[in-house]
Amino acid sequence: MEISCKDPVILNQWHPVSSLDVLTMDTVENTILLESKISFQLNSKEEVTAWLSLDDEKTLLPTRISYGFIWVSLGNPPKDLFLFPEFSESDRQNVATGVFGVNVSAGRTVENFLDMGHFPYVHSGILGEEPHTEVKEYDVEISEERDEVLATSCKFYQPQAAVNSNEGMDVDYIYRVPHINCALLYKTSPVDDARLDVIIIFVQPMGEEWVRAHTGMCLIDDESTAEQIRQFQQTIFGQDKPILENQYPKQLPLDSRIETPIRADKSAIAYRRWLSQKGLQYGVIPSAI
Amino acid sequence: MLNDLKKIWHPIASSAEVQKRHVFHAQLLGREYAVWRADDGNVNVWENRCLHRGVRLTIGINEGTELRCQYHGWRYANRTAGCTYIPAHPADAPARTICNNTYPVKEAMGMVWSGEEAFAEPVHFKNFEKYTVLRPIPINGNFNIIREMLSAKYRLLGHTTRDEVNGVLKVILKNGEVILFFVQPQDSNLSVLRGVVNQKYSDSERVLFLRAQNRILQSLRNDIEVLSKKRQIDPMIVQIAQVSSELSKMPQKKDIGRQAVLRVQVAEKKKTAKDIVSIKLVSLRDQLPTFQPGAHIDLHLQNGLIRQYSLVNGPGETNFYNIGVKLDALSTGGSEYLHKDIREGDVLACSVPRNNFPLRRDSLKTIFVAGGIGLTPLLSMAQSLDVMNLNYEFHYFVQNEDHIAFSSILKKLKKTPLVHQGLSPKLTKKKLNEILLYHNNSMNLYVCGPGPMLETTRQVAAELDWPDNSVHFEYFKNSNVIDDSSSFKIELARSALSLKVQSGQSVLEVLRANGLDLPSSCEQGACGTCKVSVVDGAIDHQDVYLNESEKLKGNVMMTCVSRALSKRLILDI
Repeated sequence: MEISCKDPVILNQWHPVSSLDVLTMDTVENTILLESKISFQLNSKEEVTAWLSLDDEKTLLPTRISYGFIWVSLGNPPKDLFLFPEFSESDRQNVATGVFGVNVSAGRTVENFLDMGHFPYVHSGILGEEPHTEVKEYDVEISEERDEVLATSCKFYQPQAAVNSNEGMDVDYIYRVPHINCALLYKTSPVDDARLDVIIIFVQPMGEEWVRAHTGMCLIDDESTAEQIRQFQQTIFGQDKPILENQYPKQLPLDSRIETPIRADKSAIAYRRWLSQKGLQYGVIPSAI
Repeated sequence: MLNDLKKIWHPIASSAEVQKRHVFHAQLLGREYAVWRADDGNVNVWENRCLHRGVRLTIGINEGTELRCQYHGWRYANRTAGCTYIPAHPADAPARTICNNTYPVKEAMGMVWSGEEAFAEPVHFKNFEKYTVLRPIPINGNFNIIREMLSAKYRLLGHTTRDEVNGVLKVILKNGEVILFFVQPQDSNLSVLRGVVNQKYSDSERVLFLRAQNRILQSLRNDIEVLSKKRQIDPMIVQIAQVSSELSKMPQKKDIGRQAVLRVQVAEKKKTAKDIVSIKLVSLRDQLPTFQPGAHIDLHLQNGLIRQYSLVNGPGETNFYNIGVKLDALSTGGSEYLHKDIREGDVLACSVPRNNFPLRRDSLKTIFVAGGIGLTPLLSMAQSLDVMNLNYEFHYFVQNEDHIAFSSILKKLKKTPLVHQGLSPKLTKKKLNEILLYHNNSMNLYVCGPGPMLETTRQVAAELDWPDNSVHFEYFKNSNVIDDSSSFKIELARSALSLKVQSGQSVLEVLRANGLDLPSSCEQGACGTCKVSVVDGAIDHQDVYLNESEKLKGNVMMTCVSRALSKRLILDI
């Protein structure tokens, strides 16, 4: 059975294909991963099997269930997936907030998730508001030990930062990119300012310019219903989607001569460099050198 | 063949399609263009991609003078396509060189023309002083097929056709009227058929004529699309236009030296107030570079003097530079020369605009305090806040009514300027106390005026606890007497050089003498252009550009006048 994607860097990753909450036991589901049609099934013992849909022999693909999602690989994936300890904290509400099909590369989707500068323009009145447009200095590192991009001390002005407040204030953010197509955002909880809510985006590359973005939240808030949390995320992503689909080129440029970064894009610059170092070819315009 | 097609002019839109405040999406030879008309009538043809993160500019906002990107609010000026504001960094002036890719543009015969590498003039067709533009017909077909079938179709109907240069088809109708047809190749299998007839009709005739042509062209389109389905050609490959290497990484490149790279002509000189003339300068050759509010130019006068003048221009006014010149009673030859000797039509040299007085646009309220001719940079700033609908107060201190300059621009401001006339120094101070009394963290103050008034304003602001970094000022000149008696060593951290500055020499002069070309402008410690970072050593600040807290920090200096208190300075160059 031929797989058209030939880039080992992307083939050997774990890829999210579905959140658990939308699956019916023992029903075969079909999706696309790296241009290959794949099928998968969850049984009543919470075991998952997956195979290439057009493979008559149904050779099983590596699978795992982690953080509320089913993950599949078309190559030889690492033994472990990145760490996300907050997912298992007992007082948190884990909500899968929906999957969004977007006509753009996975890299562009992750980069948009890391970007604060667009809040006042794309998420006006929710995550930002003019004229509070400044992206203050923040820190970025590529952690070799954990093999992830980490942006800390990020601050951005948010109107109505807390439910009970009419005034805007700076909100603190931490961003983690522990997987080439997955990112986590940590943000002060409006309920308990000593703890952090987590917002996740796990991107499933269907093709080089076509993805499904799986989103979720891991919140301390026990007042909002899952429905309200989903509604919020649908609004935010609905605002991002038309921007993402109007980016040209659709693939993420790792070649620095295509776009113009500014200091606010430090995390994106680090992300692109990290992808370059990994030798990723799929869904990116590789560096000219 | 593709290269030949790139070199000729193609119609890419009807003039009527490029409506006020609209951004039109055009395509030519595979490349997408954002076509937009500014309120002054100028049509811009830019690559359809913001250079920051690639978002299509056709989903951006045409604000009449600037185009705003939808993603991060970057603003690009009419004509130059230069970036004038990056909201994520409100305290910085964007590098003048951040510029979207622009393409040649002409408007003629009711159509907008462009070409990726078009040069010279578009072909001129005689007897088209009067014309009517046909409805553009988009066709799923290759431009060569369309040309052939178009000619055959009109001949079949008994008209005469003739091939003209650059693939233009001329159709001479039986009644003698002439239609020119142009096939705009959008991509290999996608074209727009555009036509124009050399006749202007009455309304009813026009409808009849257009309907008749439309019927012919619609049936032609059906025939072409049937045929083209069988003859699909590979899509064109578009090279992504590159950004310059210095833009692909930060920090940005700086202008070098005190150079006058532009040749400008005095297009208009008129008195705007007592002892103040307004001078409009236009380019002799190329497009003038982008400016930002607060920017100044160095004007190199024919008598050898170099003087700095702030631009008064509003956003998008990119086809001239407007300055105001006050006749200085103690003129050493600069203002006197501009007042008495310069005439309309004279040619001068000037530098590109530099902005060391950038305007933050993230304040909830901005207070402008202008004194006399210090009005000029603040007027440019207020016009910029107007297009963004941001709140401000504009205070203008003058001797009397005769001294009010640029009143036509002042009248157009959305917030009526508050003019304070004939106040004594004591009353000026009292008024400033009233103006600056209330402030909060999201307010900024911009002051420009004569030295004593500026000092008073800064003093009042400090007494009222305005934070230093919210008070922005620009001096016309440094009236301090420069003490250049010290001698000391400078070490250049990045160039690994050790140099000696003798008494009577400036750091800037020593750097230049050793082949390090630093940008500079006023060379008297007022404008901030020659600023460098200092890694170590105690600085003897003699400029009027830095504020007190910046001076105390001791990590930057003006190399034209400031010196060392310690035996050596380590500079970050």
